Amino acid sequence: MARSEANGDRLMVTGLTAGYGASVAVREVSLRVGSGEAVALLGRNGAGKTTALMAIAGAIRPSTGSVVLDGVTISGLPSHRIARLGLSLVPQGRRIFTTLSVRENLTLASRGGDLAQVYSLFEVLATRAASAGSTLSGGEQQMLAIGRALMTRPHLLLLDEPSEGLAPQVVRSLADLIARLRREVGVSILIAEQNLALAFAVADRVYVMERGEVVHEGVTGSFRDDHALQRRFLGV
Amino acid sequence: MIRGRFASARNAGLLVVLVLGLASIPLWAPRFWIYIATQALIFAVFAMSLDLLLGYAGLPSFGHAAFYGVGAYACALLALRQVDGLLPLLLVGAASAALVAVPIGALSLRTTGIYFLMLTLAFAQVLWGLAVNWTSLTRGTDGLIGIPRPTLFGLDALGISLYERGAFFVLCLIVAIATFALLQVLARSPFGRTLEGIRENETRMRALGVPTFRFRFAAFVVAAAFAGVAGSLAAMSNGYATPDFLYWTASGLALVAVVVGGARSLIGPLLGAFLVLFAQLGLSTYVERWELILGALFIAFVLFVPGGLIGLVRRT
Amino acid sequence: MDLAATGVTVRFGALAALNRVDLEVVGGERRAVIGPNGAGKTTLLNVIAGELRPTEGSVRLGVHDATRLPPWRRARLGLGRTFQRSTLFSRLTVAENVALAVRARYRNGWRFWPVGDRALKEEVTRRLEAGGIAHLADRLAARLGHGERRILEIELALAVNPSALLLDEPMAGLSRDERQATLARLRSLPKDVTVVIVEHDLDAVFALAERITVLDHGVKIADGAPADVRANPRVQEVYLGAI
Repeated sequence: MARSEANGDRLMVTGLTAGYGASVAVREVSLRVGSGEAVALLGRNGAGKTTALMAIAGAIRPSTGSVVLDGVTISGLPSHRIARLGLSLVPQGRRIFTTLSVRENLTLASRGGDLAQVYSLFEVLATRAASAGSTLSGGEQQMLAIGRALMTRPHLLLLDEPSEGLAPQVVRSLADLIARLRREVGVSILIAEQNLALAFAVADRVYVMERGEVVHEGVTGSFRDDHALQRRFLGV
Repeated sequence: MIRGRFASARNAGLLVVLVLGLASIPLWAPRFWIYIATQALIFAVFAMSLDLLLGYAGLPSFGHAAFYGVGAYACALLALRQVDGLLPLLLVGAASAALVAVPIGALSLRTTGIYFLMLTLAFAQVLWGLAVNWTSLTRGTDGLIGIPRPTLFGLDALGISLYERGAFFVLCLIVAIATFALLQVLARSPFGRTLEGIRENETRMRALGVPTFRFRFAAFVVAAAFAGVAGSLAAMSNGYATPDFLYWTASGLALVAVVVGGARSLIGPLLGAFLVLFAQLGLSTYVERWELILGALFIAFVLFVPGGLIGLVRRT
Repeated sequence: MDLAATGVTVRFGALAALNRVDLEVVGGERRAVIGPNGAGKTTLLNVIAGELRPTEGSVRLGVHDATRLPPWRRARLGLGRTFQRSTLFSRLTVAENVALAVRARYRNGWRFWPVGDRALKEEVTRRLEAGGIAHLADRLAARLGHGERRILEIELALAVNPSALLLDEPMAGLSRDERQATLARLRSLPKDVTVVIVEHDLDAVFALAERITVLDHGVKIADGAPADVRANPRVQEVYLGAI
């Protein structure tokens, strides 16, 4: 496996191209997430954020480009190998195991994860620990999906629109949670989000995607203050 | 909305060639091949009726032979009691199958997917058991034999007897074409579109105000009726009706014909029926394990060519 | 069409997903139902739509007692709905999706012979344009992006010309401009269409709702004008937080 130049990068994506069948959804995308950094991927629906995350996580096979995690090239590896190397993806649409209980969902994925920590972050998961996944409401399932990803003790956590379906209060506690993860555990974060408040609260830097390409990159502070730029890329 | 079929003049042209080719068979083919072709056409009617259920309504029935067998027995019972008109015998086949489909459908259609499959299989086996044991009516495993060929008003005047291989073949060809045409019309009708919608997303159809159970039930009964017509023809063709018309292997072969031929196309099951019959009657004279070959073909198609033979044709 | 759910209780074993909840919506009203995750919002919509039978309670749609009616009959009375997870005809194109929904409204499903399509095609085109998805007409629904699916979901519900519309988190996962477009679409609905919307997007809620009902843990804790609900201390505590 190739080793990248030692520079403290958790994730280095170069020239990533991926799509479904004939259509190319992600075109020559390059981005990086530093060790302990949180980076947001913004863009309208259809810009390619989800495809980019899926390609990085190995859920779909990139056609070209390279993805390097902690100095190890992971592009082209099957997704379970990538997961074992410390990358965890919380996909859009929850995708929890509906026939298993909350507790089983969490412990099944565990690689030395801290169940108590997940329960303290999402109280409802503790209360409903024995309930089947299918009986949870949409938002509760989203919490379970995030909790499950945390149980794998990832070095890099990929989140695809985690705020979707979550009540505003829960979204706020999600922002706190992500901050805690970075501080206490040193997890790096790559988050695709429509909810700008969450993205700005959480991320150090942002990338903006449009039609499959990265069209802007910068520090959160300056992007947040630049309303013209936001209007142009996000229609805000 | 139903993509691909009749989409082009080319398809219509191919169809005409196919029909003319089939119609010419009595003129040049050896007797045994006319026999195989006749059986294939009867089986095609059966398979096309299953396509209505599986391909259009999305109902995976593994007990469709129940209606094929009921049609055969009803036709046989009447024919042995001196009813010899062709149309009444065909109609009785359809009606008896439809009648039996009512209670079976009412119960089975409360389930979906694998449960539906198992229930339909179970009901068909129950009927098979009845056929084996109700000897006073069905003569058990001996079956009802000596079924005469029917007559059709006007054929006598023309000097045509349905005992002639060629004439009976043409009859089966006409029924097959009529079945194909009727089911095509049905598929394109609002009824057919509704079935498609129910197949694709029943919850959404419910939320749009469609009484989905009733439509699935209607499709089930209509498919049964056509299967019953095929059963009648089978009884006339063979001159007998036996319990294995109802056995699960008959349902299974029909499924193979639909899947290998290409579901949701009607023409696919017709091709598939010919393939199955060729394997069953033609191949078996050369190869002992024809079922193994057919089974392997089925697996190969499911894995690699899910669209069936028709799917291959559409790709070119 | 006005609608009402009275004394609705839904129990799953020991868990009471809804506990004696009353919801009364006047014809033409824009009502939002909000609350924390797991409050029972979707459950309430499912009871009104008939997908779920309540342990106790009744549902009235217009002048009809709908409590025992199956979902399709309630839809025929004029109830349209969207689902939290898009419920589309994935293997058909966007245009075919809308066509199916419009056909359902025609109620000619028992015709066994083909009928002319011209009027249908025109209506489908009109509806696609109204929803802003005309450019996607030939795209397979399975190939749509998330936001596009949510928009199609709404168009399907609207295709039956409902007199009451239940929307389950229509804004979830939509980008800013998609939210604007959807809000505009909802606001452009005829004034006599009753709208009950479950949402977390509070901007949309306050822009659209004339009255807000708040659920928490299966119980109604507030019901009234937006300003009052916003100021309600209990609502702030369980849901709104520092708004």
